[in-house]
Amino acid sequence: MVGPVTLWLAFFVAVPLLYVFVMSFCSLDQNYNVVFAFTLDNYARLADVNYIAIYMQSLLIAFLTTVICLGLAYPFAFLIARTVSKYKGVLYMLVVIPFWTNSLIRIYGWRTFLGANGWLNNALIALGIISEPLDLLFSKATTILGMVYCLIPYMVLPLYTAIEKLDKNLLEASADLGAKKLTTYRKIVIPLTASGIFSGSIMVFIPCLGLFFVSDILGGGNSDIIGNLIERQFQSGNNWPLGSALSIILIAVTLLLVKLYQKCGGDMESLGV
Amino acid sequence: MVEIIGVNKRYDHSNYVVKELNLDIYEGEFLTLLGSSGCGKTTTLRMVAGFEEPTSGSIKVNGINIDNQEAYERSVNTVFQSYALFPHMTVFDNVAYGLKIKKIKKDKIRESVTEILNMVQLGGFEKRYPSQLSGGQKQRVAIARALINQPQVLLLDEPLGALDLKLRKQMQLELKQLQKKLSITFIYVTHDQEEALTMSDRIAVMNSGILEQVGTPAEIYEKPVSKFVATFIGETNLFEGYVEKVDGQDVSITIESGIISASGEGFTEKELVAVSVRPERMKYSTVPVEGFTVEALVREQVYIGSILKTLAVLPNGNQIKIERLAGQEVPGTGKIFLYWDKADAKLIHSMDQVFFDKISNVRMGEEE
Repeated sequence: MVGPVTLWLAFFVAVPLLYVFVMSFCSLDQNYNVVFAFTLDNYARLADVNYIAIYMQSLLIAFLTTVICLGLAYPFAFLIARTVSKYKGVLYMLVVIPFWTNSLIRIYGWRTFLGANGWLNNALIALGIISEPLDLLFSKATTILGMVYCLIPYMVLPLYTAIEKLDKNLLEASADLGAKKLTTYRKIVIPLTASGIFSGSIMVFIPCLGLFFVSDILGGGNSDIIGNLIERQFQSGNNWPLGSALSIILIAVTLLLVKLYQKCGGDMESLGV
Repeated sequence: MVEIIGVNKRYDHSNYVVKELNLDIYEGEFLTLLGSSGCGKTTTLRMVAGFEEPTSGSIKVNGINIDNQEAYERSVNTVFQSYALFPHMTVFDNVAYGLKIKKIKKDKIRESVTEILNMVQLGGFEKRYPSQLSGGQKQRVAIARALINQPQVLLLDEPLGALDLKLRKQMQLELKQLQKKLSITFIYVTHDQEEALTMSDRIAVMNSGILEQVGTPAEIYEKPVSKFVATFIGETNLFEGYVEKVDGQDVSITIESGIISASGEGFTEKELVAVSVRPERMKYSTVPVEGFTVEALVREQVYIGSILKTLAVLPNGNQIKIERLAGQEVPGTGKIFLYWDKADAKLIHSMDQVFFDKISNVRMGEEE
């Protein structure tokens, strides 16, 4: 049966992917035009030392972003899930509204805020705390800050769902059996919200490998990630086959992570699959 | 064993959930808090467990004030209505939870868990997860998990509510036997009056946050002190009226449909009262009996095995339930005169002003 969904998927997912896949085996002629001559050169070039350094950097940034997101999002998700008053909706909107706002705009917002002439520096100078503007932009830390900022809703929402599902009676039962709060968290809360921790982590880690504009705008070329490499090949580098090969690798890594997630008992539905 | 002293509970500015509750629970007794939903029985239990804090008043266990103890410090354990088994742990780990927290030695834990699981007839289920158990089995795990800590008091919050009728009956008996064997004080919350009558040493009937009556099942059934208790426990016929004449123990009462009699002490003439007569204590005759002038029409007679149920109607439309052992002589359908042994009727002080007005209007109409 070829239903409308199948057609839709074929047209918008399979065909572009196939195009990228084929492209990754093509070569360039002297004028940087793509020619359909089969080659594995593009893949061979991926092992370049400079590229490997960026992969590592990218993985490190993604890892740190995930850890920071988890640390910040868990208490917040807990707060939303356990709030019963009218503020519950307000707290929830605090997460969802940035989620709906264009992330490019929000990242530019950070640049304005942190820049040498930005609000933060101006405020600190006005308060007499510093005399010279601080160099806040263009470091790995600012890139991670932007990543955390962009991706934290993806961590909060699955955590919130998992915590919301947690039966409050279980916490009482644990206390009833003599467990202090911390023990209850360790033995009951964390294990039972592991699915949320898991899917939140994967939903932060994977996009973090590709959000090139964050490292572009806030990292200033000091903290390139895989996404930057790909973007450059398609834009300034004008080397589509190499960009395609990089994309294929990124997709492969993503699939591998999702597979791993599934293997560990992760719930595919909470990834929106 | 447990003393609840002048406990009030209210949330914010809303009404009292529990009001001025005083209740002593004795060592080794099976006490049931009985009432309909929202009567404050579960809140009371949760205050003893330490999940809720009384707004005022205090609670003592074994003579020691526990108001400042956190739930995890209290020597009471709870069996939750929803069982609240930890879904990510096996039966063994669930039951061992309390002992592990107390850092008991591993082989000692194993020994205790095995023993208690055998006691609740779940030997061999150690490695199962809660999702692999039936409702009754989950219930047993929940009980074992609480009992293994050797609590001074076991709190049970409608523990059988989710089970089907047959299993519930069976678990009622098992729980009662378990309680006798261990002689632990049980505080049991239920809305099921039959369950309360079957299992309890004493029943505390609660209504809208107020403790209406505490007593043995027989006391509660035979001598209800309020209209609520009379109607909530078992079936009853409630006649409301006012005292016409007091002659020693004998009290003559005027109701809308005539005169009835009952015995009781401490009643005064003109006082508003209610008379509760259980269906099995009701009698009827084709001729008037001294002290009674109430007529009724027999509507229906139904055999239910050993019992014959008769439904009669008073002139004002109120229905009267009568139960006799089958085989006893039954006057034919038609007009009957209702009566009973005075000692079988329970006279209750009433404060229903609306009803008083209604009665006095009727009487005045007659006099004109």
